[in-house]
Amino acid sequence: MAEMEGLYASENEHSEHLMLDPLPRGQMNAMVMESMHTTTWKFWLVAAILGAVVLVCLFGSWGYLISEGMGVAGVNRPVYWGIFLVNTVFWIGISHAGTFVSALLRVFKAEFRRPFTRAAELMTTFGLAQAGLSIFMHMGRVWLFYWLAPYPNARGLWPNFHSPLSWDFLAINTYLLASTMYLFLPLIPDLAMARDRSNGWRKKLYRILAMGFRGTEGEWTHLRTAMNIFAFAILLVMFSVHTIVSWDFAAAMRPGWSSTIFGPYFVIGALQSGIAAVAMVLVVVRGTMKNMKYFIRAEVFDSLGKLMLIISMGWAYFFFNDYLVQWYNGDKFTDILFHFHESGPLGWMWLLMLVFNVLVPWLTLWNRKIRRNPVLIFTIGLLINIAMYIERYVIIPISLTINRMPFTWKSYIPGVEIWLTLGTFAFFILLYMMASKIIPLVPVWEVQEGQMAHSLVKVGKATVKSVSELE
Amino acid sequence: MDDHAESEVKHKWGMVIDQDICTGCQACVVACAMENNISFVGEEDAGYGRSMQWIRIERFWEGEYPEVRTTDFQPVLCQQCGKAPCEPVCPVFASVHSDSQQINLQVYNRCVGTRYCANNCPYQVREFNWRDYERPTPLENQLNPSVTVRRKGVMEKCNFCLQRIVSGEDKAASEGRSILDGEVKTACMQVCPTNAITFGRLDDPESEVSKLSRNARGFILLEELGTEPAVTYLKGGSTHG
Repeated sequence: MAEMEGLYASENEHSEHLMLDPLPRGQMNAMVMESMHTTTWKFWLVAAILGAVVLVCLFGSWGYLISEGMGVAGVNRPVYWGIFLVNTVFWIGISHAGTFVSALLRVFKAEFRRPFTRAAELMTTFGLAQAGLSIFMHMGRVWLFYWLAPYPNARGLWPNFHSPLSWDFLAINTYLLASTMYLFLPLIPDLAMARDRSNGWRKKLYRILAMGFRGTEGEWTHLRTAMNIFAFAILLVMFSVHTIVSWDFAAAMRPGWSSTIFGPYFVIGALQSGIAAVAMVLVVVRGTMKNMKYFIRAEVFDSLGKLMLIISMGWAYFFFNDYLVQWYNGDKFTDILFHFHESGPLGWMWLLMLVFNVLVPWLTLWNRKIRRNPVLIFTIGLLINIAMYIERYVIIPISLTINRMPFTWKSYIPGVEIWLTLGTFAFFILLYMMASKIIPLVPVWEVQEGQMAHSLVKVGKATVKSVSELE
Repeated sequence: MDDHAESEVKHKWGMVIDQDICTGCQACVVACAMENNISFVGEEDAGYGRSMQWIRIERFWEGEYPEVRTTDFQPVLCQQCGKAPCEPVCPVFASVHSDSQQINLQVYNRCVGTRYCANNCPYQVREFNWRDYERPTPLENQLNPSVTVRRKGVMEKCNFCLQRIVSGEDKAASEGRSILDGEVKTACMQVCPTNAITFGRLDDPESEVSKLSRNARGFILLEELGTEPAVTYLKGGSTHG
């Protein structure tokens, strides 16, 4: 019977799949508009608290850091890079999933993506914003950050294109621009929808943003072509960006860093934390916003759970592989460093990383009931993200403790970084909350398109799912 | 001599440190701080690994007291690598190689404080200005006018007392001769009570530093990395302590 389930539609097929549970276009538009307009006092309370945290922890502490110098942070010799870089890598990782889920699933025409592509893409843009802030916090003279950009200047200098940091600067900028455009393109029809259904300042805003979209055949053709190009191109950009981020470390001459496997290891790590974060965000969106239970169903968590399980296996493989590659080069200090990871004062972190990143997903996510439970999937996502944060912490401050001059070995104790980290998390959530009230969080046209393509067809006595190709 | 000819002067400056006669007295550390306007970071920061020393005396011991075996004192300063790992990683060319002296320079005013160079330095000799450190009166009168005073957020490191090298080269050029062996002394060399530090031109095979660097006791730090340092150490007998 089991294999029959996939083929034939069962009784509860309608409530299971959004694609087989169509609503009229007008009603769906109204639902999305309503979820965008509805705010409760709880929303504003949370927003106010987050706003205060952003003001005090992010901008306040940053101002303090700038005026006092890096001394108020925990960085020292030899740990010249601390939590700021951990945050940068972490947020870039988070931002990866948005694009990954959206572009890859669009390219492969995975239908479960339709209701949440926008929610995922938003994470890319806002995650990258935090990554950018974090890397600027880390600079000793941040007021000169524009010296990293290639422009004709009085110093008569280009940036040093040999430096991985220059590659990084260009890669992250490319990714930010590309992912913002990729967020914007599928948004245009929904903005036009919102424009036609609102008034006041919203009308003015949407009129500008929708750029006069009327839904003609020609406009749709152009939009589809552009989205196709972007979906394919941005996948390549995405893989390259985190590989380049890994080169900040891999190209350096340090035990534990100069590893040829760092590129794919970082990409899979980014997906590991990113997909888990998408699942977490969807749980929150579903639980707090109006009408979202219709769009985001258990099938979404089911599919994301499978992805999380597979990526966790991939991560475990690359983690092991990284050990192997570095062990094989036989460097004495690398050996000391790896023992320091496991049995140093912060060995518990290393162990926790393995438990949360490997043991927890492998023991839970094979189970369909667990995958479909939003609370459990949120918890597992949270644990995976904690583990991935620790992974970056192990790679940066803990690994920097050990170098080739044992006289300088020194531990790192975070200072003002902790507040700034809190600030970036609060800022991310705040930006997301605000965006969820300004732009339609569900791509209505994409859901409609999917629902039109899907239908249940009677073949003899059986009801069979059928999908037609629209494009 | 016109400017063009002057810029064609090419020397390779180097140093030899004899660990057999180094007593670990730290006079070089003090002299370096005086000569190069290095900030005093205070007890707390120094204890947390933020001491600013362009030269530091390393010493190690093995075993439990009283069965302690010590190693030679090892003064570590910037090794002025021929292939310096700090140079390619700087995104703004603040860490550059000087053609005419063959040493690694830090351009303070270009530095934006990414601290990548310090991470990538296998010798860990680069020092960062974590704060604007105070210089209590009358210490401001002690500042060396030939050396830039650094402010917070920039990296700095030993440059073989570049100001002394340049003034020595200028003097020799104005007198129309080549520079004499021993004419330029770094601050650390000048104060060393046991003459454990020798400084001079490695491009002159007859100079004191060249001869010493060919000594059978000679070795360079972390040779396996291929950084081609300009500093040679002479092995000692580990007899002190």
